[in-house]
Amino acid sequence: MASEPLSRQAGDLAEQAQSLSEGLSGLAQEIAQSSAQVVEHAGLSPIVIGLTVLVLAVFVGYHVVWRVTPALHSPLMGVTNAISSVIIVGGLIAAGSGGGGVSDVMGFLAVTLASINIFGGFLVTHRMLSMFKKKKR
Amino acid sequence: MDANFAALFYLIASVCFIMALKGLSHPETSRRGNFFGMIGMAIAVLTTLLVLPNVGLNLLTIFAGVLIGGSIGTVIALRVQMTALPQLVAAFHSLVGLAAVFVAVAAFYNPSAYGIGSPGAIKLNSLIEMSVGVAIGAITFTGSVIAFLKLQGIMSGRPIVFAMQHWLNLGLGILTVLLVIWLCRAESGVAFWLIILVTLALGVLIIIPIGGADMPVVISMLNSYSGWAAAGIGFTLENNLLIIAGSLVGSSGAILSYIMCKGMNRSFVSVILGGFGGETAAAAADLGDKTYQLGSAEDAAFMMRNAEKVIIIPGYGFAVAQAQHALREMADLLKNEGVEVIYAIHPVAGRMPGHMNVLLAEASVPYDEVFEMDEVNRDFAAADVAFVIGANDVTNPSAKTDKTSPIYGMPVLNVDEAQNVFFIKRTMGSGYAGIDNPLFYMDKTRMLLSDAKKMCEDIVKSLGN
Repeated sequence: MASEPLSRQAGDLAEQAQSLSEGLSGLAQEIAQSSAQVVEHAGLSPIVIGLTVLVLAVFVGYHVVWRVTPALHSPLMGVTNAISSVIIVGGLIAAGSGGGGVSDVMGFLAVTLASINIFGGFLVTHRMLSMFKKKKR
Repeated sequence: MDANFAALFYLIASVCFIMALKGLSHPETSRRGNFFGMIGMAIAVLTTLLVLPNVGLNLLTIFAGVLIGGSIGTVIALRVQMTALPQLVAAFHSLVGLAAVFVAVAAFYNPSAYGIGSPGAIKLNSLIEMSVGVAIGAITFTGSVIAFLKLQGIMSGRPIVFAMQHWLNLGLGILTVLLVIWLCRAESGVAFWLIILVTLALGVLIIIPIGGADMPVVISMLNSYSGWAAAGIGFTLENNLLIIAGSLVGSSGAILSYIMCKGMNRSFVSVILGGFGGETAAAAADLGDKTYQLGSAEDAAFMMRNAEKVIIIPGYGFAVAQAQHALREMADLLKNEGVEVIYAIHPVAGRMPGHMNVLLAEASVPYDEVFEMDEVNRDFAAADVAFVIGANDVTNPSAKTDKTSPIYGMPVLNVDEAQNVFFIKRTMGSGYAGIDNPLFYMDKTRMLLSDAKKMCEDIVKSLGN
């Protein structure tokens, strides 16, 4: 019967096609990897980008903070304190990634401490600022 | 959420933080600024949560952390007395430092979560950035704890000095650098924990030699450090938001430290090296037989009621005595009698920048009656009465004239130019810097030796008669 070899042929063909597609996907992965490496080599190092951001932010900070009126220097400390608690982002990543063990505990602690600061800092600043009133004429 | 979208939201959060600082340029816009800060923080947290892959049940842990921390922070912020602000701020700084240490430890043991390599094979630059972040964080933590203990009065405000102190600090600094090199070459956990231990010790050693009167500089400096710690962690995490926010805070604290140093005519280095205020015994010895005149509440009430212009100079003793409400009551009675009453604030009055302004605001003194030293210093010559309450060194005229004085060159309020001076002090002891004040012995000066709050209440009583 010719149907049996035909079906066997079809099976072989399917197998060949599958191995070919596997090879292709492997090739695609390789290309993707190498292109990613190319991008990484062509792009800037994260340190350089970070330094650029840092220097520009320091300039912005310098000019904005010199304009803060001396009467509000205490609230300035309160609000900058709250803002520096943005470090909570690092804690969230650690606590949320499920790395287990030390990293989870550290993440949880960092989130808790930073939360004390965020809520405490913004609220105490709000309390201070709501006391500053103009003279009633 | 796509990482690019996340970066854009982080950018919005950064702009919110800048708006928060910008709002503080005037009391009218400051509350809006604070709300911008809150919105920025909310955006930052939500974006981070959305961008995390497979958070799953860990979300519960995170909520628990935020809930616990948030409640503690809220209760503290609502309960704290305004006179205790400096120690509160110091305590808050220590938390930022400790959180930075925890994040760095988490990154060291689980680097893949931050995309900086795998355990045992962390990228070199990440190791360096991590060490910088953890070192600044640890110094901020213990340094702030010491500042808190000194401000709260648990530890004496006197500087603690010992032989070879600065060499010890320098040695520990060099040791830290060596440990960082070891960490980078071997990625050793021992080196990492040693860096933490050494910098924790360094934080203590840096702050203990600094005296109570230099606390405004210390608090501003630690404020700055907490920002740099966040920026350092931002480098490790390759997160621009942390770098921007950290730099804003870092430069803000640095500017405040500069303003405080200028207010004391001290260099930043001399404050950091510490030991100031330790020579009390030597300087106070020449009090000698100089005579001063005692005044009473009735004298003060009579004199001020008949004055045209009264300038009030509050200082740290005013904060300690919690005299703000009694003082405001006194000023109100005087204003009812048609006396012009204004307040003069020295940049370093109190224990943190802007300390006096907040206390006066708490007692509902309108902020347009409160003036900074540069705005008001010419007015003293036209003032009938200068009413010094709990301040001392910032009024000392020898800073202008006596070249041998330890505070020579420090900008002071021209209290000596007023027609009459009332000086509230608990005892005739010298000020925090241990320097005698010639103002006490002038003919126009009356010393009111009493607790600041009680004296204000007595004057209010006399004014009522």
